[in-house]
Amino acid sequence: MRKLLFKSLVTLPLTERGPDADDEALAALAGRLDAAVRKRLGRSLAIRMVDAGSCNGCELEIHALNNAFHDLERFGFHFVASPRHADVLLVTGPVTRNMREALERSYAATPDPKWVVAVGACALDGGIFAGGKGVAGGVGGVVPVDLHIPGCPPPPKALLGGLLALMQQQTR
Amino acid sequence: MTTTLADLFPPQSRRWARRVISAEQWLGLADRLESGAFTLVAHWAEPPLVHVALRDAAGSTGIFSVEAVDGRFPSLGGASRPARRLERTIRDLTGLEPEGAPDLRPWLDHGRDERGAARPYAFLPVDGEGLHQIAVGPVHAGIIEPGHFRFTAAGETIVRLEQRLGYVHKGLEGLMAGAPLERGARLAARACGDSTVAYSLAFAQAVEAACGVVVPPRAVALRAVMAEFERLANHLGDIGGICNDAAFSLMLTHCAILRERILRTCALLFGHRLMMDGVVPGGVSCDLAGAGEAALARLFKRIDNMLPALFALYEDTASLQDRTVRTGIVLYSLAKEFGAGGPVGRASGRPFDARRDVPYAPYDSMAFEVPVLERGDVDARVRLRFREAEQSAALLRRLLAALPAGPLRAEVPAREGEGAALVEGFRGDIFAWVRLAGDGRLAHAHLRDPSWFQWPLLEAAIEGAIVADFPLCNKSFNCAYAGHDL
Ligand code: SF4
Repeated sequence: MRKLLFKSLVTLPLTERGPDADDEALAALAGRLDAAVRKRLGRSLAIRMVDAGSCNGCELEIHALNNAFHDLERFGFHFVASPRHADVLLVTGPVTRNMREALERSYAATPDPKWVVAVGACALDGGIFAGGKGVAGGVGGVVPVDLHIPGCPPPPKALLGGLLALMQQQTR
Repeated sequence: MTTTLADLFPPQSRRWARRVISAEQWLGLADRLESGAFTLVAHWAEPPLVHVALRDAAGSTGIFSVEAVDGRFPSLGGASRPARRLERTIRDLTGLEPEGAPDLRPWLDHGRDERGAARPYAFLPVDGEGLHQIAVGPVHAGIIEPGHFRFTAAGETIVRLEQRLGYVHKGLEGLMAGAPLERGARLAARACGDSTVAYSLAFAQAVEAACGVVVPPRAVALRAVMAEFERLANHLGDIGGICNDAAFSLMLTHCAILRERILRTCALLFGHRLMMDGVVPGGVSCDLAGAGEAALARLFKRIDNMLPALFALYEDTASLQDRTVRTGIVLYSLAKEFGAGGPVGRASGRPFDARRDVPYAPYDSMAFEVPVLERGDVDARVRLRFREAEQSAALLRRLLAALPAGPLRAEVPAREGEGAALVEGFRGDIFAWVRLAGDGRLAHAHLRDPSWFQWPLLEAAIEGAIVADFPLCNKSFNCAYAGHDL
């Protein structure tokens, strides 16, 4: 373990401007995100994720926000374990009938001011699952949505961009 | 009474041939399920027919159907525990009654109306002094899928875990019935997002079996490339996640970096980080992007450096193994009874891997070893994933070094027919069955996730453990919710 830890000490952090145009875009985005978050929230935004019926694809990419490349926490965004601690509900999937109540209750348990971000094609209107017998519909039909991040699933970069957009659009 | 499937079908029958049998013969199958001569592979309904897919010890496969009379069919659940939740699901989805079934509680159907109010659910009664219950979910603390766990504990010790699933039930089979093939393939790719390649592959192979399509060699190889990348990326995610649940976040950090590098390379090669919709009936939807070679070389160098280092990190950290060794033991007898596949089965000594045991191209012409461990604890499931990750990397190298040239996709004729396939995903074997209507649409499709036969084992493995070990144990299974809930 010591060898690995030592190596991490002497190698540069991964959260850097990489050589590809791709990574540059990410770095630029990260800069904007940082400024916006600082202005709006001081330094902290608590996110609670609710899977309301997703295929789990969206969750994988939300997970990726926490890896060393994206390192969401450097912006002060962090995932919390309870809606009671959250400022933002990140909701994925079409809302299934079986999850509708749980989503409503999570929303009710989130203190004001709060924002809801619907993640992925399914969250908009049920996406490919619209019309399914177990599907109630998009997230917006159940709780008020402030922002929708499209994609199937949206890659981490799109998720970061979406959170930035949320910060810029908020006047509450 | 014969114990081989080959005796029940005409000689030279194709794989997954299907026979309609009488209710009496059906009950004969129940006996052979109970004795362990046959392993249950799938159990679903297409009213008025109820189907069961089986595999015997010699590796033969077959599907049997019985016709429901007055909406009833003889239950297999009395004889076969893995059949029970599947029969509850058949009842939920089709209304057919499994006659004589030991458990008739709804499973995927929570009885919710438009507004979401639920019918009450009867958890199994628990008796005993000083017991208390802990209800967890459906919304969990992490970034994970929803499900409900009802623990009964005596102090710290778990006396019983009862799962309740179905929260992400969308009605996949209903959406697939009548859908054009292309939409069916997109739905299959989204049955379970972490296994999108494996599901697409299972669906595509079932369609190809139904209409006799031969997939071009380049497409066969590219499919395997995608499948192995998916396995490698997910095993890394699991290893990191398990260690993190034992409060060892260093492993997660490094696994997540390697996983991210793999997904980025996949995006470069196939245009999508998870390679969704890359596998389609008839072949693949895209070729390798030319710019990928340098990235691939870099990636393999990193994998070769990191995988042994991460394994050494696991080996050298006694405090981590203190949590994983002898935690959450799955007995071989249970793994066998339930036909549990994937790392859960193989870490408990059940040596089944669909790539080798119900072989399909290109694996049928590639020699490779299927790692099997005996101890069945969290530690064994971690070690097994390490070995499989290494093996996937080795398979990838071989596949990429010898990619055949040629077309990417064969035409899929609009033909009537039925077909099945069993494909090894990172979690275990995924079964797919389709009936094609003849006008380019699906008449019916069924997808069976490996988790059906793993979830019940988690209930058994956690008995006697302490509540604090549940997240660790659960993560070492990493069962699917979406794939299971349909
Ligand atoms: S948007 Fe795509 S990845 Fe996300 S839940 Fe829907 S199907 Fe899955």
